[in-house]
Amino acid sequence: MAYITIGIFLLAAGLLLWFFPDTSILDYGYAELTGFFSLAPFLFMFLIPAICMRSFAEERREGTYILLATRPLTSWQIIGAKYFACLVLVVFSLVPTLIYGYTISKLAMPAGNVDTGAIIGSYIGLLLLGAAFTAIGIFASSITKNQVIAFAVAVFLCFIMYNGFDAMAKMALLTGLQDLFMFLSVNEHYQSISRGVLDTRDAVYFLTLVFFFLLLTHFTIGGRKW
Amino acid sequence: MSIKVQSLSKHYGEQKSVDNISFAASSGRIIGFLGPNGAGKSTTMKMLAGYLEPTSGQAMLCGLDVQQQPLEVKRIMGYLPEQTPLYADMYVKEFLLFVANTYGLKDPELKVKETIKAVGLDLEQFKKISMLSKGYKQRVGLAQAIIHDPKVLILDEPTSGLDPNQLSEIRALIRTLGKDKTVILSTHIMQEVEAVCDEVIIIHKGRIVANATIEALKAAHQSNSLEDIFRKLTS
Repeated sequence: MAYITIGIFLLAAGLLLWFFPDTSILDYGYAELTGFFSLAPFLFMFLIPAICMRSFAEERREGTYILLATRPLTSWQIIGAKYFACLVLVVFSLVPTLIYGYTISKLAMPAGNVDTGAIIGSYIGLLLLGAAFTAIGIFASSITKNQVIAFAVAVFLCFIMYNGFDAMAKMALLTGLQDLFMFLSVNEHYQSISRGVLDTRDAVYFLTLVFFFLLLTHFTIGGRKW
Repeated sequence: MSIKVQSLSKHYGEQKSVDNISFAASSGRIIGFLGPNGAGKSTTMKMLAGYLEPTSGQAMLCGLDVQQQPLEVKRIMGYLPEQTPLYADMYVKEFLLFVANTYGLKDPELKVKETIKAVGLDLEQFKKISMLSKGYKQRVGLAQAIIHDPKVLILDEPTSGLDPNQLSEIRALIRTLGKDKTVILSTHIMQEVEAVCDEVIIIHKGRIVANATIEALKAAHQSNSLEDIFRKLTS
C-alpha cells in the first residue's frame, strides 16, 4: 500500500512539473525548481497522512496493540519505531525527485548554471517539513480507531500548521499577534530554509514540532483504555 | 511464589471489574482461572501482563512488581490475549522473528525454528497468518507467548474455537509447558480444567469465590462435578 501511495505522489509531482502547461517547468522558461518546492508541501499534506494513518489506528481496531504493549518495550520505543518507519517511507518518496534537480541543471543555459544552494536548502526544508508532518500523522493515528478519521484529522492539522497560521497573521483583528502567528507558521520557516539560508532557529522549530506531536501521541497512548 | 497478587482492583467509574482479589501460585503449577463472562478474568490477566494499570493493589511475577519494573516483568512473562489478535498480513515466520527480536534474543532464527516445532506449525510456517485456520492462528498466538521461554505464562482462553483434535493437542502442549513454568489460563470448559489444571480459582463479579486444588474443591463441596460447583458458586 505504501508503494502505491508513493507511486501516486511521484506521478502527481511528475505530471504537475513536466506536463501540465500551467505549472510545467518546460513552459516556465527558467531553470529552477521553485515550482516543485512550492507544490511539494501540498502533495505531502496528503501523502504523509496516508502513510501514517495505519500506524496506531489499525493496531487499535484489530486489537494487536496489546501484542506490542506486553513486550519489554517502552511506549517511546514503540512510538519512535513507528515514527521512523513512516519517515523512512517519506524520505524514499523524495529520493526519486532528485532526478529533477539533475534534469534542471542539464537544461540550464549554460548547463549546470543553477542555484545549487537553494536546491539543497529546499530539500533540507522539505525533509524537515516531512518530519513534522509525519509526527502530525502519527499523532492523528493514535487518537482514533478509524483510519479515515486519522487521515482527515492529519490533513487538517497539516493544513492549519502550514497555511492556517499564515492566514491568521494576516487577519486585521489579530494584528497585535502577527509576529507570533508568523513564527508558528510552518510555511514561514519552510520558505526561510528554501532560500538556502540554513538558520538554526528554523531547524529547532521543526524539531520542536516533531517532539511536540510525538509527546501528544505519548499522552494518548499512555492513557489507553483499549 | 512466582505469581503473587495482593488486593488487586480495577474500577471503571462506579463499576468494579476486579474487586480486591488476592492469590498466589508457585512455579510448576497450572492454574485454571474460571468465571462467568464479565467476571473480570480478562481484566485480571491484562493487569498481570502489565497492559492495564490497576486502580489499587499490587501484582508480582517472580518477585518483580508489574507496575514498578514493567520491562523486567515483560521479559519473563508470556501472554496470549483473548481472541488472539495477530498481524494478519505478516507471514508466520516473519511475525515470530519480529517477536523474537523484540526480546533481543541471541539467536532469533533458531528460537523461531524451535518454537514452530514445539507448537506444531511446521507445515504452516511459510503461510500468511490471514490464511491460517482458527486452530493454527491459536498456535501462532501460543508461539509468540513462549518464544522467549518465559517463567510465567498467561493464557486467556487458549482453546476457544478449536476442534476436538486441536483441543487435545493444545492441552498436551500446555501440560508440557506447565512442567517448568507457572501457567495461568482462563477457560469456560470444565473438562479442560480437570484435564489440565492443578489448581482452580473461581471468580465471580470481580471477587474470588473459590481458590483451591481440584480435589480440595470437590471434597469441600461434596460433589464430583466441577460444573455443579461452578454453578453453585456463581449463580
